[in-house]
Amino acid sequence: MNGRIVSVFGNMVVAEADGRVVQNSVGYCCRGDGARLLSEVIRIRGRLADLQVFEETRGLKVGNPVEFRDEMLSATLGPGLLGQIFDGLQNPLPQLAAQTGYFLKAGLYLPPLPTDRPWEFTPAVQPGDAVQAGDTLGTVPEGMFQHRVMAPFGLAGALKVARVTAAGPLTVDKEVAVLADAEGKEHSVTMQQTWPVKRPLAIARRRLMPREPLVTRIRIIDSMFPVVRGGTYCIPGPFGAGKTVLQQITAKFAEIDIVVIAACGERAGEVVETLRTFPELEDPRTGRSLMERTIIICNTSAMPVAAREASVYTAVTLAEYYRQMGLAVLLLADSTSRWAQAMREVSGRLEEIPGEEAFPAYLESRIANFYERAGQIELRDGRLGTVTIGGTVSPAGGNFEEPVTQGTLKVVGAFHGLSRARSDARRYPAIDPLDSWSKYVGIIDPDKVTRMRDLLRRGAEVKQMMAVVGEEGTSIDDFTTMLKAAFFDNCYLQQNAFDKVDAASPADRQQFVFDKILQLVDVDFQFADKDVARRTMVQAQDLFRNWNYAEWRGEEFKKTLAQIDAFIAAKGQPRTRAEC
Amino acid sequence: MRKYYDQITRIAGNVVTVSAAGVGYDELAVVVGRRRTSLAQVIRLEGDQVSLQVFAGTQGVSTGDRVRFLGRPMQVPFSADLLGRVFDGAGRPRDARPDVEAERRDIGGPPVNPTRRNLPGKMIRTGIPMIDIFNSLVESQKLPIFSVPGEPYNEVLARVGLQANADIIILGGMGLRHDDYLVFRKTFEEGGVLGRTILFIHTAADPVVECLLVPDLCLAVGEGFALQGKRVLALLTDMTAFADALKEIAITMEQIPSNRGYPGDLYTQLARRYEKAVDLEGSGSMTVLACTTMPGDDVTHPVPDNTGYITEGQFYLRGGWIEPFGSLSRLKQQVNGKTRDDHRAIMDACIQLYALCRESREKRDMGFEMSAWDKKLLAYGKLFEEKIMDLRVNIPLEEALDQCWAILAECFEPAETGIRRTIVEKHWPKTP
Repeated sequence: MNGRIVSVFGNMVVAEADGRVVQNSVGYCCRGDGARLLSEVIRIRGRLADLQVFEETRGLKVGNPVEFRDEMLSATLGPGLLGQIFDGLQNPLPQLAAQTGYFLKAGLYLPPLPTDRPWEFTPAVQPGDAVQAGDTLGTVPEGMFQHRVMAPFGLAGALKVARVTAAGPLTVDKEVAVLADAEGKEHSVTMQQTWPVKRPLAIARRRLMPREPLVTRIRIIDSMFPVVRGGTYCIPGPFGAGKTVLQQITAKFAEIDIVVIAACGERAGEVVETLRTFPELEDPRTGRSLMERTIIICNTSAMPVAAREASVYTAVTLAEYYRQMGLAVLLLADSTSRWAQAMREVSGRLEEIPGEEAFPAYLESRIANFYERAGQIELRDGRLGTVTIGGTVSPAGGNFEEPVTQGTLKVVGAFHGLSRARSDARRYPAIDPLDSWSKYVGIIDPDKVTRMRDLLRRGAEVKQMMAVVGEEGTSIDDFTTMLKAAFFDNCYLQQNAFDKVDAASPADRQQFVFDKILQLVDVDFQFADKDVARRTMVQAQDLFRNWNYAEWRGEEFKKTLAQIDAFIAAKGQPRTRAEC
Repeated sequence: MRKYYDQITRIAGNVVTVSAAGVGYDELAVVVGRRRTSLAQVIRLEGDQVSLQVFAGTQGVSTGDRVRFLGRPMQVPFSADLLGRVFDGAGRPRDARPDVEAERRDIGGPPVNPTRRNLPGKMIRTGIPMIDIFNSLVESQKLPIFSVPGEPYNEVLARVGLQANADIIILGGMGLRHDDYLVFRKTFEEGGVLGRTILFIHTAADPVVECLLVPDLCLAVGEGFALQGKRVLALLTDMTAFADALKEIAITMEQIPSNRGYPGDLYTQLARRYEKAVDLEGSGSMTVLACTTMPGDDVTHPVPDNTGYITEGQFYLRGGWIEPFGSLSRLKQQVNGKTRDDHRAIMDACIQLYALCRESREKRDMGFEMSAWDKKLLAYGKLFEEKIMDLRVNIPLEEALDQCWAILAECFEPAETGIRRTIVEKHWPKTP
C-alpha cells in the first residue's frame, strides 16, 4: 500500500493514499536519498492520511512516496532487554553508535534484541500440553532472572503444544515451539514476540488491590508518603527542585526486581549519568550490577519530538512484559510533561481546537490511560506481578494549577509535590511535607504518621504567626512546637544524597529511628526560655544528624543511640502518648 | 542548471510563499529582487505552495521577485580561518574582511547519540566564589544566566569567557545593542583572547529572522571544533531575543500559541540548541553559557521557565550579584567531591546559614527584637556578602573555602553550623 506526500510542516506529513489506511498504523516516508523515516498515521480524512514522523523531516519533498503498513507501532519483547539502552522507538543506542559514530542518523533502525546471542533454553511444556496466550513454554536465564518464554500474547483461545525444541542454546529468532490453535492451524513461536505499544498488556486472572509497600529507602517517601508495588505516584515540581535526582536515587535504591527508566524529552546528560554509573553500582539486594535490572528508554529533548510519545508507551510495554513473568517492575517516567507537550505540538499542527494552555482536549484521558497500565495482577498460574509507575511532571512556572499536573493528580495514588522554597534552602528531598499526600499505607503505623504531620502543620502555623508577631510575641509552648517540627524535618525528612549511609535508609532502620524521634518529640522539655530551647534542640539535631551518618546497627550507631537515650533521659520523662 | 520560480503568491510578515515543485523541507533558497537578494529557508510545503522564511525580512520583496532553491540546508563555512572573525546572523562577515572559503557544515544537524557522551567531570574555574564554591561550572554544561535588563550579565559572561581557559570561544549575540557588541570585542581584545574567538553578532537593528540563525551558526561551528578535540565555550546572549523571534515567525505562520503568544514547541526549539552542549567520548567538548533576560523579573515567564527545564541549572544575577538561592549548577556534584573534602560541607552550611540570616533580616526590618542567635546570623550575612558574594571578589576556589571557614569561625560555634563533626575537627580555624 502506497501513497505520496502532499504537504510537510514540522514533523507532520500529509500523504495521499491509494488504498486502505489503518488509523495508528505505521508508515514510512521515503526521502529522495533512500532513507525511510518511520511515521505513524494519526488522522485520516478522505484519501488524505496525516502522519507524525518520528524523525527530522529535513529533505522530504512533496511527491515522495509513503509506504503504509498494516501493523501498529510495536515493541519487540524477549530475552536481552535488561541492561539495554534504547531510543524511543526501541533502537539499541550503543549499536547505533557502532554504526554511525557520534551522531544519530534519521531512518536507521536496528533490531532491538541481539540476534547472534545464544540463550540456554529449557522447555517447560511437552507436546500435547494445553496452553493459552501468556503461558510459559520454557525459560532462559537472563542475568539474575529466569526469563520466561511465553506463548504469544496475541494468540487467542485454547492452544495445544505441537512441538517443543529440546533444551540447548538458541538465538531469539529460532523456533522454540509450535502451537496449534483451535482450528488446528500451527504457529511457530520464537523467544521474541511483538506487542503494540499503545495497547495495555495484562493477561491475568484478575487485577488485585496493590498493598505491599515499595521501599525506596527515601525516608520522606517510605515513612510519610508511601508508594506500593503496583501503585502510581507523581512528582511535580518546578525546575531545579530535584525531580530527576529523586528518580535516579529511586532507580538506584528501590527494593524492586526491575526498573524501567523512560527519559522522555529530558536532558541527555542525565541519561549519560545513569548509563555510566549504573554498571558500576551494586544492586543493594542482590549484590549484582544495577544495570542487570535496568532498562533505559531514552528520547532526550534534542531527539525528534514525536518519538517522545512513543518512548513512554514503549517503556510501559516493556514493564508489562516483565510483569507477565511474575516480577515486580518499577517504571520511572521523566518527564510526562514533555510527552504532553509532544501531544500539544502534534495537535497544533493538526489544527485541532485547543483546550487549556493549547493542550488537546484528550490530554487527561491519555494521561489516565497511561497510569492505568500500572497495577498488580494475578497471573493464570497464581503468581503475582506488579507494574508501579512514577512519573515526574514539569509544570510551567512551577504552578501546579496547570492541565498536566491536574490531569495526573486525578489518577495517581500518591503525590510528592516538590517545592522551590525547600530546594532553594538546600533541603533534599524537596518534597513538601504539607502539600504531599498518599492514599497508600506504608511501613509506619498511619497513626504515628498522622501525629507527625500534625506536628509539622502546627510548626508551620507557628512559624507564620511568628513572622507577624515576632519571637517575643510567641509563647514558649508554641515556640517549642515549631522547634520540634523543624527538628523532625531536618533530621528525618531530609537526607544527604551524597553520603553513602544516609542516602538510603532501609525499612527497619526507618521504623526504629521514627520511633526514637517520636520519643524525643514527646519529651515535655519545660524550657526556661527560648535561647535554652533553641540550644537544646540544636544539640538534639546534632546527635540525630550524626546518627544518620552511622552505619545501621554498627558501633557508631550504638554509641550515638546511647547518647540520644541519655539526652532524652536527662531532659525529662516523655509525656505519655495519650496526653499528646 | 539554475531554475528560478517567479510565482510569489503571498507575502506576510517575514514569510514569502511561492509556487514551486521538487523542493525539500528545511532547504535553503535565495530570493532575488531588483533591489536586493536575500537567503530564505523552507518552513512549510503544501502541495506546490512553498513557504519561505526570508532572513532579511520581506520589506521590499515584490511579487515580481524570483526564487532559486539551493538543494541544501543552511550551512556555515568551517575552518580555523574563522578565528578572530566577526559575522552577522546570516554568516556574512561583519568586519569588512573577505568571506571565509572553507568546507561547509550543516547547521541544526542531528543530535549526538547519548551513549557517545562522556560523563561531565572537569570543573571550569572562574575565580568567582559564588560559582566555584556554590555552583561549580563544569565542562560541557549548559547553563543560563537569568537576569533583568540593567544587570551586568554581559560583563559576567565576558569575564567567564576570559577566565575559563577554553581553547575556542564563540560568542553569539542576539538582539545585541551595538555598544554591547563593542564592549565584548574590547574585553576579548584586552584579555588577549580575540585570536581564539569567533563572534556571530545580530544587533537589534538587523532583520529578526537572522536572530534565529545565530545560535545554530555558533553551535554548528562549536561542534566542528569539539569534534577536532577542542574545548569550546559558547556564549549566547540574549536567548529571550531568540525566543521572541521564534514567536514572531510562529504567529505569522498562524500557529496556535500555547502560552503568552509563544509557540507550543518553544521547549523543543530551545532544547535543540542547548543540547548541543556536549563532552564527546574520545574528543573535545562544548560548554554553553547563555543569558536569558526575564521580562518583568518573572521566572515563570515562558522563556526562562522552559529554559530552566532544559539547562543544567541556572545563575540568577540580581542586585549586582549571583543570587545564592535559586542559582544552581546541576553538575556541581560531579566535580565538587573531587576538589577538597570540605567543599560540599561549606557549600551547604554557608547557604543554609545565609537563608536563616535573610529570615532574621526580615524580622529585624519588621521591628522585632533580635535574639542572640539572630545577631550572630546578621553579622555572618554581612561578612558573607562582602567577602564571598561580591562580584569583584576574584580568588581561586581553595582560598575562597578558607575564607568561608574564617567567616564561620568568626560568627558561630562549630555545632551551630550543622557541619558534621569530622569535617569541623579538620578545618575549623584554630584560634591563634
